[in-house]
Amino acid sequence: MADTSTLGATAPLTTADGRPLSAALAQAHAKSRRSAFLLVAPLLIFVLLTFILPIGQLLVRSVSDTDFADNMPNLGAWFDANPAGSEIDESAYAALAADLQAAKTNKTAGKVGERINYDVSGSRSLFTSTARSADKLEPPYEAALLGIKPGWDDPKLWQAMRQASNTLTPNFFLAAVDLQRGPDGGIERAPEERRVYISIFIRTFALSALITCITLLLGYPIAHLLATMPLRYSNILMIMVLLPFWTSLLVRTTSWIVLLQSQGVLNDLLVVAGVITEDGRIRMIYNQIGTVIAMTHILLPFMVLPLYSVMRQIPPSYVRAARSLGATSWTAFRRIYLPQTLPGLAAGALLVFILSVGYYITPALVGGAKGQLISNLIAFHFENANWSMAAAIATILLVAVLILYWVYDRLIGIDNLKLG
Amino acid sequence: MKRILTTTTALMLVTFSAQAEEITVMSWGGAYAESQIEAYHKPFTAQTGITVISVDADNPAVPVQAQVEAGNVSIDVADLEYPDAVRMCDEGLLEPIDAATLPPAPDGTPAVDDFLPGLLLECAVTTITFSTIFAYDTTVFADGPKVIADFFDLEKFPGKRGLGKRPRANLEMALMADGVPAPEVYAVLSTPEGVDRAFAKLDTIKSDVVWWEAGAQPPQLLADGEVAMTTAYNGRIFNAAASEGKPFVVVWDGQIQEYDLWVIPKGAPNKEAAMEFVKFSTDTQRLADQAKYIAYGPARKSSAALIGLYKDGKTEMAPHMPTNPANMTNALGSDFEFWADNNKDLEERFNAWLAK
Repeated sequence: MADTSTLGATAPLTTADGRPLSAALAQAHAKSRRSAFLLVAPLLIFVLLTFILPIGQLLVRSVSDTDFADNMPNLGAWFDANPAGSEIDESAYAALAADLQAAKTNKTAGKVGERINYDVSGSRSLFTSTARSADKLEPPYEAALLGIKPGWDDPKLWQAMRQASNTLTPNFFLAAVDLQRGPDGGIERAPEERRVYISIFIRTFALSALITCITLLLGYPIAHLLATMPLRYSNILMIMVLLPFWTSLLVRTTSWIVLLQSQGVLNDLLVVAGVITEDGRIRMIYNQIGTVIAMTHILLPFMVLPLYSVMRQIPPSYVRAARSLGATSWTAFRRIYLPQTLPGLAAGALLVFILSVGYYITPALVGGAKGQLISNLIAFHFENANWSMAAAIATILLVAVLILYWVYDRLIGIDNLKLG
Repeated sequence: MKRILTTTTALMLVTFSAQAEEITVMSWGGAYAESQIEAYHKPFTAQTGITVISVDADNPAVPVQAQVEAGNVSIDVADLEYPDAVRMCDEGLLEPIDAATLPPAPDGTPAVDDFLPGLLLECAVTTITFSTIFAYDTTVFADGPKVIADFFDLEKFPGKRGLGKRPRANLEMALMADGVPAPEVYAVLSTPEGVDRAFAKLDTIKSDVVWWEAGAQPPQLLADGEVAMTTAYNGRIFNAAASEGKPFVVVWDGQIQEYDLWVIPKGAPNKEAAMEFVKFSTDTQRLADQAKYIAYGPARKSSAALIGLYKDGKTEMAPHMPTNPANMTNALGSDFEFWADNNKDLEERFNAWLAK
């Protein structure tokens, strides 16, 4: 047996100038790591500023709304001191009166009223009209306030104000999945006529899946042609794929309106050909059909190009070998060619799906009412300055897409994607 | 080489410092913005030398609110509807405009008395009265609809309908078509049953509706033959008929009258020039001039007498004004208080209804 005891007793290895080798190695590595980091630093800062910060702010906005809490501190303090279910007594009204007087001076009554108006309709004018006479309020405040406007003793109003005085609130997330706070504080479904978000989420994902399938079916043969034709023809075909890609998105979408509208080119052709009657013109725009057609057209290059790049790499000899061994063309395609194109197919499908889930402009222009996707609802809330609601819906969309991405990774494996 | 570089840089700096003053005015686009450019912007630039940049939006209230809340305002003057102006003034998003500084009428009446009542706000000055009406193409219906109930009658007048993609004006028209007299519409709409009734009436035509968002879309939809009848801002239909010769007819029954106002967002970069512009464009002659280019009524009493012909020199404008007595038999003034309070609620309900 070798004498191992002496091995460990030898001195640790050193460099020429006497430093321990491991320390010198670590130092050299650190230097190269630092310079690598400095090279990447600009990109890191860019991603931080344009991606992580805005999304972080979005996440914060979706759970916090400080409009009420900032401007009604006395009421906030009263709510902290008196838990839910406490009697709304003179001290509450006194706090309210003090806050309204401050709101009048600072001109914040409108903003505060607007915030409560989300929950209880009519609150906006309640706050603004009461604030106008706030200076003349004198104790007993309860009688004084109810004298100006009787709506102040509505328990729903007080519940809404209590909830609004918490800066952190799950209400926006609840609303974004068609739930709401019940009168007893529990969670219940939103009334029938207001349920819209869940159905539009489902519609968005369903239509995106449909568009992905259609672009796959249309794009696969095109990519195959591009990859296997002689260079002269495939160049022209490539230009025909790329030229629309480079044309403005708005121009393409509005030209679909001209093509698909009731008195448009396609309907006129069908009437002239006798396929449909003058009264039976097909409605192909301002509905889901319009959304699907226009989005398929716009997202097709995103499917064709990854598939094309992968198909270029596939040697034709494998399929020829399979045919020579007796496989039918269908079997050769199914068992030899298709699996080799799977990385490009996965890349193209992922790209098209993610793009169409978040698409805004095409559904807005050609979708009508039934073809609206979730991003149109997010835009609607942005336009109404309801940033928190828009942030909540956007966060849910982000989480849903991340979950789908994780499932995709488990099924196919992200490392198995190839873009060429 | 170096001398050329320094000379050219110096010349550039001189030209930058000599830049003329300019203001940015945001409006609704299309024929309406063009009428403002002809009646207000060009004369203003001719008189004061300040350039006016005109920008468009589907609803200027949206970008103005976004800019003021973000603290980065690029708009100097914006054209808002009445409920938005009231709401944003209450929220402190607009600069106050002192009505005493507005020019008086030619006969000396001060501005506060010359403007129609209720049209001078703390932060806004009304320019025009406009109406949401419905219109049809005479080549489609030779014997066309006469009352608002005809809009909802798909048997007598088959074809698609165009409606604005917001509850305002649609709910009132639905109730009026369902038989509610104009003075009671807002009382009915304030009750849940009333809202249900309005949506039920809209449900009767929902599958045949094409929804428009920009003011210029309804005349386009009519011209394309995409719809048989559509609601629209009355001036846009008038312009399509008068300047482009389209065979469109406005039905005034059930018109919903509203106002447009000039506001100055808080933190506007060129506030003094903006105030000058507002004062200039709301004087008697200017408001009457705008009526030369589009069929919207001026907000000043003294301007009514000065309304004459359309810019083509032939068409009389008075019969096309929303405030003309002949057009007011079944008119409804939009209740801004109601909409300022209930817009959020009804819009959410409207969106949910649209999506079903």
